[in-house]
Amino acid sequence: MASVAIGSSEQYNYDVVRKFTIMALIWGAVGMLVGVFIASELAWPFLNFDIPYITFGRLRPVHTGAVIFGFGGSALFATSYYIVQRTCQARLLSDGMASFTFWGWQAIIVLAALGDVLGYSQGREYAEMEWPVDLLIAVVWVTYAIVYIGTIMKRKEPHIYVANWFYLAFILATALLHIFNNLAIPVSLTKSYPLFSGAQDAMTQWWYGHNAVGFFLTAAFLGMMYYFVPKQAGRPIYSYRLSIVHFWALIFMYMWAGTHHLHWTAIPDWTSTLAATFSIMLLMPSWGGMINGIMTMSGAWDKLRTDPILRFMIVSLSFYGMSTFEGPMMSLKDVNALSHYTDWTIGHVHSGALGWVAMISFGAIYHLVPKLWDTKMHSTKLINAHFWLATIGTLLYITAMWISGIMQGLMWRAYDDYGNLQYSFAESVAAMHPYYAMRALGGLVFLTGMVLMLYNCFVTIRQAKNVPSLAASAA
Amino acid sequence: MIDHGKIEKNLGLMLVLTMFAISIGGLVEIVPLFFIKGTVEDVKSAEGIKMVHPYSPLEQRGRDIYLREGCYLCHSQMIRPFRDEALRYGHYSLAAESQYDHPFQWGSKRTGPDLARVGKKYSNEWQVQHLIAPRSMVPESVMPNYPWLMQALDTSDVADRMKALRTTGVPYSINKAEYDNNVKEFGADVAKQLHIPDAQKNLIEQAQTGKYDGDASNVTEMDALVAYLQVLGTMVDFSKLDSDNFVKFR
Repeated sequence: MASVAIGSSEQYNYDVVRKFTIMALIWGAVGMLVGVFIASELAWPFLNFDIPYITFGRLRPVHTGAVIFGFGGSALFATSYYIVQRTCQARLLSDGMASFTFWGWQAIIVLAALGDVLGYSQGREYAEMEWPVDLLIAVVWVTYAIVYIGTIMKRKEPHIYVANWFYLAFILATALLHIFNNLAIPVSLTKSYPLFSGAQDAMTQWWYGHNAVGFFLTAAFLGMMYYFVPKQAGRPIYSYRLSIVHFWALIFMYMWAGTHHLHWTAIPDWTSTLAATFSIMLLMPSWGGMINGIMTMSGAWDKLRTDPILRFMIVSLSFYGMSTFEGPMMSLKDVNALSHYTDWTIGHVHSGALGWVAMISFGAIYHLVPKLWDTKMHSTKLINAHFWLATIGTLLYITAMWISGIMQGLMWRAYDDYGNLQYSFAESVAAMHPYYAMRALGGLVFLTGMVLMLYNCFVTIRQAKNVPSLAASAA
Repeated sequence: MIDHGKIEKNLGLMLVLTMFAISIGGLVEIVPLFFIKGTVEDVKSAEGIKMVHPYSPLEQRGRDIYLREGCYLCHSQMIRPFRDEALRYGHYSLAAESQYDHPFQWGSKRTGPDLARVGKKYSNEWQVQHLIAPRSMVPESVMPNYPWLMQALDTSDVADRMKALRTTGVPYSINKAEYDNNVKEFGADVAKQLHIPDAQKNLIEQAQTGKYDGDASNVTEMDALVAYLQVLGTMVDFSKLDSDNFVKFR
């Protein structure tokens, strides 16, 4: 295995980190392109072209799969493998197993996308993959857990670094969620029926769906943040005690909040109230993470003037704070009565996904690429351009969705002077059009930034003189 | 105060405590719902017949097409207990009404309207025309066209599908004892549709008599999907039930 031969001359296995970093960039571009396309389908439905494989209903899971699991997942694999080695001063437990997780994960993303367009879907959001792919996910994930935990067991430094607590929680939680949410009885290789039904199925799905956000998209990326922010700022983490308190509170509370996706539906009231209560409380450990990250830059604020990577990081933490304020607000039953089923939910998702997850990943990858290829970034100006495109794109997107979402909610519940409904449903659809167009534009601006990053990184990688043997500098 | 350093230096302890912390929420909120009787309401007619019953083979095939096309991504099937929703869609959805829905399709977005009680709201002809070309019936619609639904329905595996659903707990019958039990619970007409050995025969018969896509000569995916849509929300006859009957279940 030639790649291992190159890798073994380095103290750490950066080969698998490089591979995942490249795929994160590619899936980011692909996933966001699909996103812009489906957003355009909603604004201009002729774009469905009467082709079954590209209808909104079949492409939407391609988008969510590519950006969450393709882009986000690859970025997490890359950064977790990088961070665990450097903070433990130990090479990954097994190069072969790590390589298997890489190829296995890419196969999963491709199979999931193929399944979606062909209509092989379980009909569960963010878990559309049918049972053979679910089994592959389980095998890859167990391998990932073994490599990650095995590497920590080899550590030279007795204390496990805080970033690794978050990655560990993410790995364990994802396994738990994946297994229980995908219990199903197969009919054929491409069809199965979930074990649960109705209200119990709804509770299971949103326990999964919300904690996919809580652990895959939040806890894990907090792990990323806890390494790359202090590194980029050149400052220590603001508060050790805060990291302890907010870590345990976050991972405990998140698992109770999922039912806020089901307010006012056919579930017992008490589960709804519990979920709302924990969702409000969740604001505190979430902001603990935001505060710890932002205050880590204290003493290095002047670097924001010149370092666009640090700008990505601080803006990502700001969006994190905003989203984790908006989320608890939307979890209040009376607010949810208006927001549920509207575009406001979509706006909220994307303020977290674009503002927090994507931007902290961009910051981490821009930090990583020069180190992994022992070179300098081809263009700092392009990083800065990307920063502004990402920020503006995100703001356009969420503003469009705030307006359309709240408008929908108000139109649906509006009465005329006679006590009849003021608007037909079709009238609310017509009112959405300009905001669907604005949202597609916001996505296009964000995608443009992503393409710039792809270009910048690939030129950087190509011009790197050699695959390096990095000086084994301590983390 | 716990010395957190002890946890940080002990990977095993870290793993155990993390697993413990992340397991509680699901255990408290979800597991009880499999044991608390009122979670799924018992909805019976005056004669003691269960009003909510599993889908017929044709309707279940239609539901599988609904899943395949991702309809749940734009349409919800869950009416909330609000006045404006009662006016727009009808009685709020009961947990009982989706008890045989594997998976549930309550949805999380209304790009299009809620479909929980769309059954018999529009004619078969309207449904067919709307599915083939939504904007011909609703000019403001952003729904894609679905002309390929007029292709023939593959009915070869319908019994296998019902067997798999039976394994999940849906009371499709496979022998006389189960069939007789279904007659007692759901009535003779419904029990006939739930019998797996007759699945393909029942499917074709329902498609031909129902004339969902207007063409009795072959069974199409359109027949199945329209049959499914036309049954949504129709199983519970609220006129026969006390209007406050279900409040206590919430």
